[in-house]
Amino acid sequence: MLLAIDLAFIIEKLVLIVIVVMASLVIAMYATYGERKIAAILQDRRGPNRAGPFGILQPVADGLKLFFKEEIIPDFSSKFLFILGPSMAMLTAIMAGAVVPWGNQIHFFNRDISLQIADVNVGILFVFAVVSMGVYGIMIGSWASNNKYSLMGGLRAASQIISYELAMGISLIALLMVTGTLSLKEMVVQQQTGYWNIFYQPLGFLIFLICAFAECNRTPFDLAEAENELIGGYHTEYSSMKLGFYLFAEYINMFVSSVIMATLFFGGYDIPFLNEANYDQNWMALFGLMALMTKVVCFIFLFMWVRWTIPRFRYDQLMNLGWRVLIPLALFNMLLTGALILFKQNNWHF
Amino acid sequence: MQALTNRLKEVDRRKMNFLERLYLIAIFKGMLITFSHIFKKKPTIDYPEKTRPFSPVFRGLHILNRDEAGRENCTACGLCAVACPAEAITMEAAERQVGEENLYREEKYAAKYEINMLRCIFCGLCEEACPKDAIYLSETFAPADYQRKQFIYNKEELLIPHPIENAEAYKKALGNRVKKETVN
Repeated sequence: MLLAIDLAFIIEKLVLIVIVVMASLVIAMYATYGERKIAAILQDRRGPNRAGPFGILQPVADGLKLFFKEEIIPDFSSKFLFILGPSMAMLTAIMAGAVVPWGNQIHFFNRDISLQIADVNVGILFVFAVVSMGVYGIMIGSWASNNKYSLMGGLRAASQIISYELAMGISLIALLMVTGTLSLKEMVVQQQTGYWNIFYQPLGFLIFLICAFAECNRTPFDLAEAENELIGGYHTEYSSMKLGFYLFAEYINMFVSSVIMATLFFGGYDIPFLNEANYDQNWMALFGLMALMTKVVCFIFLFMWVRWTIPRFRYDQLMNLGWRVLIPLALFNMLLTGALILFKQNNWHF
Repeated sequence: MQALTNRLKEVDRRKMNFLERLYLIAIFKGMLITFSHIFKKKPTIDYPEKTRPFSPVFRGLHILNRDEAGRENCTACGLCAVACPAEAITMEAAERQVGEENLYREEKYAAKYEINMLRCIFCGLCEEACPKDAIYLSETFAPADYQRKQFIYNKEELLIPHPIENAEAYKKALGNRVKKETVN
């Protein structure tokens, strides 16, 4: 029966959802700690080391502080939208984790449980749709603040997303031509048996990486919160946990885009030089998850490393880079990939 | 025009080519520089746990000295107060009574001795002026406080711990100070 409600299935998915949401929150929490530590180390400082051993409780203290701050909603703001802004930023940030394959199937209670909340067959399109919604959080929040600095920040965020989403999408089309599927799970399976996509699409990956920086509003593309021109940027008027949500959403976005990049180009939960089929299924799922997390941590480190290395782009440089460098490059990459695939399919020789 | 130094560098004003406009090479170079900083020694001193080593002539908080038997050296002559350019020292003299010989070394002593640490400039002229080696500047900082009046240090706060009754604290307070020649 198609509509029969499978209770175990629902419970299994619910548990998975809770775990994924909690995990991305905790990882985002410790990403803030990692950010501060890495910033400190790169600048020859020590970083937070007072709260707990090595300052490990610092994110908890930060969170508590944000909770206890006075919550201010400006009189001149549009109240409903003002609250909607950070909620949307947070919601869209968390939602993208739904289609990511966190690991292979595990066998528990005589059931094969897939470590993926939903294996949507247009997975990557879902991710794109959700991630681009994230900018609405910023735009709505900044507009509702009724503050010119916030509005400027929001406008910048919007134009930046439009400019970079194009190049990102085109670089992704080249990748999709290679894989021939939109499902993230299938992409990982392909990479497990064959080579990682980074070897087929090095240029595509580079473009995707740069655009991911822009999508996450990370330095060098953090013009939306350029504090020396725009005070706080889009979150000038925000305080307390609503500000916390915005800051947190940035870190969750970073985590999600790291996961996506690892899945698309670096084989997801694939452990290199190891044939997973030869070993116990549950252990391999666990190790696969660990492999994915290792890749993700490397990406997050890269995000932070870049942030503490280079200054912010000027607005015209940002637009130049997006429209006059990245989009032509992405188009070239797409044409090249298409041509190579054609040659291969038709066995053309020169 | 002649250059002031030999480090003069001509500014490169030619247009950037495509590779340079990608910024990637420059960014990568910068990232290598920051990465090398991971392995650099950090100059930070973990302050409350560790302190910076001071030179032997460091001038910190004042200490009122005692002799080996634990008697106060100060005779309330007032030379330190006169020498003080910031006028941070006040004192009141009193005469030693019979039976107080174990407390004060000479027949006159300071009944009240106060230093205003907010006025003090830690110049050490009081130490130089003192003929009895009764006051010297230690290696401790003036600590922070919430009220201004707490910075007026009285005799109890300034006196060094008793060398016999509280030998350990005395030794710690003394530090590695080289004792000045006393004129008796």
